[in-house]
Amino acid sequence: MSKPKVAFYWCASCGGCEETVVDLAEDILGVVEKVDIVLWPVAMDFKYKDVEAMPDKSILATLLNGAIRSTEQEEMARLLRRKSQYMIAYGACAHLGGIPGLANQFTREHILKFNYEDGPSMANDKKTRPQLVTEDNGRTPRLPALTNVVRSLDQVVEVDYYVPGCPPTPKITRAAVTALLENRLPPKGSVIAPDIALCDECPRKATKPANISFREFKRPHQALMDPQKCFLAQGVVCMGPSTRSGCEAACISGGMPCTGCFGPTSRVRDQGLKIMSSLCSNIEPKDEQGISAVIQGIPDPIGTFYRYGLAKSLLRRKVNLPTD
Amino acid sequence: MNIMETRKNEPVRIGFYVCHCGVNIAHMVDVEAVAKYVATLPNVVVSRNYKYMCSDPGQEMIQKDIREQRLNRVVVAACSPLLHEHTFRGATEAGGLNPFYFQMVNIREHNSWVHTDRLEATRKAMALARAAIQRVPHHKPLEVKKVPINPDVLIVGGGIAGIHAAITMANAGKKVYLVEKEPSIGGHMAMFDKTFPTLDCAMCVLSPKMATVGSHPNITLWTYSEVVKVDGYVGNFKVTVRRKPRYIIEDLCTGCQECVANCVYKEPKFPDAFNLGLGKRKPVYMPFAQAIPSIAIIDPEVCLNFKRGKNPDGSYTVSDKCKKLCVVACGDRKAIDFSQKAEDKEITVGTIIMATGFKTFDPRRTPYYGYGVYPNVYTALELERVINASGPTEGHLVMRNGKEPKRVAIVHCVGSRDENTNRWCSRVCCLYSLKLAHLILEHTDAEVYNFYIDMRTPGKSMEEFYNRVAEEGMHLVRGRVADVYPDPNDTASGRLIVQAEDTLTNRILKIPVDMVVLSVGLEPRPEAEDLRRLFNLSCSSEGWFLERHPKLAPVSTFTDGIFLAGCCQGPKDIPDSVAQAGAAAAEAFSLIDKGYVEQEPNTAFVLAEECSGCKSCIPLCPYTAISFNEETKKAFINEALCKGCGTCVAACPSGSIVQNLFEDQEIFSEIDGVLAPLPQ
Amino acid sequence: MSDSTNKTPDGNWTPRIVAFFCNWCTYTAADLAGVSRMKYASNIRVIRLMCSGRVDPQFVVDAFAKGADGVLIGGCHPNDCHYVEGNYKCLRRYQMLKRMIADMGIEPDRLRLEWISAAEGEKVRRVVNEMVETVKQLGPLGIPAKFEQWDKEMNALAEHVAASQGAGAPGSSGQNKPQTAQTAHV
Repeated sequence: MSKPKVAFYWCASCGGCEETVVDLAEDILGVVEKVDIVLWPVAMDFKYKDVEAMPDKSILATLLNGAIRSTEQEEMARLLRRKSQYMIAYGACAHLGGIPGLANQFTREHILKFNYEDGPSMANDKKTRPQLVTEDNGRTPRLPALTNVVRSLDQVVEVDYYVPGCPPTPKITRAAVTALLENRLPPKGSVIAPDIALCDECPRKATKPANISFREFKRPHQALMDPQKCFLAQGVVCMGPSTRSGCEAACISGGMPCTGCFGPTSRVRDQGLKIMSSLCSNIEPKDEQGISAVIQGIPDPIGTFYRYGLAKSLLRRKVNLPTD
Repeated sequence: MNIMETRKNEPVRIGFYVCHCGVNIAHMVDVEAVAKYVATLPNVVVSRNYKYMCSDPGQEMIQKDIREQRLNRVVVAACSPLLHEHTFRGATEAGGLNPFYFQMVNIREHNSWVHTDRLEATRKAMALARAAIQRVPHHKPLEVKKVPINPDVLIVGGGIAGIHAAITMANAGKKVYLVEKEPSIGGHMAMFDKTFPTLDCAMCVLSPKMATVGSHPNITLWTYSEVVKVDGYVGNFKVTVRRKPRYIIEDLCTGCQECVANCVYKEPKFPDAFNLGLGKRKPVYMPFAQAIPSIAIIDPEVCLNFKRGKNPDGSYTVSDKCKKLCVVACGDRKAIDFSQKAEDKEITVGTIIMATGFKTFDPRRTPYYGYGVYPNVYTALELERVINASGPTEGHLVMRNGKEPKRVAIVHCVGSRDENTNRWCSRVCCLYSLKLAHLILEHTDAEVYNFYIDMRTPGKSMEEFYNRVAEEGMHLVRGRVADVYPDPNDTASGRLIVQAEDTLTNRILKIPVDMVVLSVGLEPRPEAEDLRRLFNLSCSSEGWFLERHPKLAPVSTFTDGIFLAGCCQGPKDIPDSVAQAGAAAAEAFSLIDKGYVEQEPNTAFVLAEECSGCKSCIPLCPYTAISFNEETKKAFINEALCKGCGTCVAACPSGSIVQNLFEDQEIFSEIDGVLAPLPQ
Repeated sequence: MSDSTNKTPDGNWTPRIVAFFCNWCTYTAADLAGVSRMKYASNIRVIRLMCSGRVDPQFVVDAFAKGADGVLIGGCHPNDCHYVEGNYKCLRRYQMLKRMIADMGIEPDRLRLEWISAAEGEKVRRVVNEMVETVKQLGPLGIPAKFEQWDKEMNALAEHVAASQGAGAPGSSGQNKPQTAQTAHV
């Protein structure tokens, strides 16, 4: 009997998710033993044509990481969707748009201009930009187009499961792969992580007082942090209360507050607004000026509350941007 | 309940009903078009329009449809849910459904009554109806919780309204706490001489009632006391009453007034508040002859046995400098206690009646009438005291200079019907001015001028009263007084000129008079704002306590279990105050005798499995209903304490608190519904 | 969902304003405005909540996302909240929400918080009329239309992919995909 076929693919991502697969350590061998990897561009040489030639649904599952922000990524997502029984959004970018989703605050032109012209480390006097089509010695190389909008995977194709995290931890990756191979899958559309916020498993949970009241918000570098104490109790924004658990509070154990990469629980439509509602409700001042002074401590609410979730937020993108 | 259970898994079947409300809705909203539109929406099985949905046939229609069409949700588009939600929940329940499978759409108060474009109003009605249609499938069956009512009642204010309410309740066997700010009950009425239109003596009517309050076994009377804290809610208000020290032990004082007679001050020296400063009293005094309780009081501001001046906490320090002849006079009764301190009493009551009354307009705000500048300008209330047989002049109508006035001007509408002061009509001034004119004529040979804007004498026997006294030979001048100033030709006697335009003859009148009486209007008390906060009431823009509905719930407030009586709700005369007090008592009764209150099941609960124990919600609850369970490490809401505001729900960062009746999904569906595209 | 901006049957745009009114003060004030037959603009759609403290910022943004041109929140005056302090909690979120929607390209004037007591029917009339005027000046927000417009770029590719697959040959932009992907992003 042939082994189930599995594909790994990356789109707009940093590559960290790929690392996680490797982070499975010796478990990777078990996986490799049980499955037939039919696509893994980061590690093995496969061509588009190879995938295209596969019969539809012949891949058991594709684990796709990265957001979708180019025509090429979108096309690959569609192709792999067609070839796979299960499409799994792997990692925060595929799940929520991730860090690339923050680009939804800017126009495509703004991003290209910064990256090819204005960036402080840019040496591009001619202001050359990549062209969709160029003529070069009789050849006509084509480049994929950057889309106007950065999208999560499920904004492009139907997604069966989500493995959250930036990157997903080996533990939940293993849980997802095992569930897949043993055919013990949760209901379609599930996020493969506990549907409870991070505080549940946070080692600092007990140090959060029951009467929290924010007189100021600090950023982690602005104060000497008590390594045992709840970040919120120290006035530092921690997304833990509005973020799914499952990471075993990795950042907090490493001395940094949660930034929300596991995304919201199933009961929340907009993670950023929910943490904002929670934090702001507990601000101490009652007058407009006092409140205003406290919230100044969060200089970039979008970047803070939507670090990973902007593309999947209710508004998705800065709404007054032109599409071109 | 069984019906509900069996229907649990059935597809949603909604009955929709749009009410014409006679023409109130139908004139501005095309109700047929609304019904037709709603019929096209998902899950809608029945969509009807009807003349009066709240009528019996309307309600029966709903019940019949529930049975015959196997409806499991009901939506009615009619008036405000604050008016008829209860009615239609009842109809839904009578039809065999859980009452909370009902949703109401407000297309009258929020639509037909406030809009002028029929097409737009109709489209708005469609959008609002759609919101309800999309919301109602998410509704869950809920149970109304019954909370027992404490049968005791608190009445705040011991004027005629509070007195009447107290006696009514106490006679029916209810335990009443009557709290009065002043040392005696009686209020404004105790200060009046005679009352219109019957001209019977105010005190003759009032003092028996005051005495009844003083001796009634079911009434705990706390005078010289103020409510300082109110917690809880209908059925179970926890109230703290501060009893200010009167330096007389109430239980030991017999009211003999030996202390007053023997005070080191041989003569009364200090302004007497009850007589509005027109008379004098000693540091130890009886508020007035018929005071209830009949107990003396010591004024530490002036009593020699106290150091001058208040301590920062409001108390006074005993100086022990006085010979204390009062204590000697009191003798074995030992009723005088200079060390008395303010004492806080905590009580629990199920209902509260507010009867905190009014204050009279301060005419210093209309300086052109010269009050406070010319000694012969009086307020009407001052005249009541002057003319009263037990007043400072023992009923002789004499002015501050001891002379009897020969000509008196009564100026109506001082601080009423005036853009610059108060816009409202104080309702009683025309009548009491006529009464005072009558009394002046009775007491003296003076010529009396009434300057009025309009003579307003509505009410039973009032116009007859006007006709009667008007024939007694007083001058009635239709015109607002513009100015009062000293007679330049007669500066010595203190004579004043009253200048007004007689609008019936178009002449400017300058009438020389000896005495001017200002018919001051009625205003909300200055502490009404504090009381409003304390009791969580609403005030009208003028500052009167706001009734729940002027016609349907005229003595109820927006806070369940708190009722209004007398002038705290707006100016009214004595008969109306008493009638309202009776009505407030009846409302309180109907709650008490029912024995329980039904609580809207809009409480919140924590999803125990999903709560991460982040504790964000705990400090948000003003009722400390949320606690952190140290065993499960999760938040827990005590349903009995939850009042259903939903603040914790909005703030739960993981969406793990749910508010019954206002679940997230229900609100999102409404948002979706009101914004859904409409047919063009 | 093509009607993302609200049009009257004669085709003119007219704003839609979603209002979240607390049961005790502002909703009652709106009832009072009705009983007093005050006239105001019909663009407002009131959703009743028990307290302004129940206004989840998600409700506000969802309303914008679903096509509201403005959102009005009404609560009890400071110190007057039926639930003691729900209105303060609302105010704190509101101030941050204003910043956030501005950062997301929504004019902050499209969101308004007003304290309106049960007695202030007149204030309901005035605030609604002002709000409608303000939003009319700002013009349609039309977020659902924007979503549609944004997603056109995806429809284009979907069509292109379908067409190229129909032709049996990989589309030109699809060739050498994995490699070009590297080039495009480095």
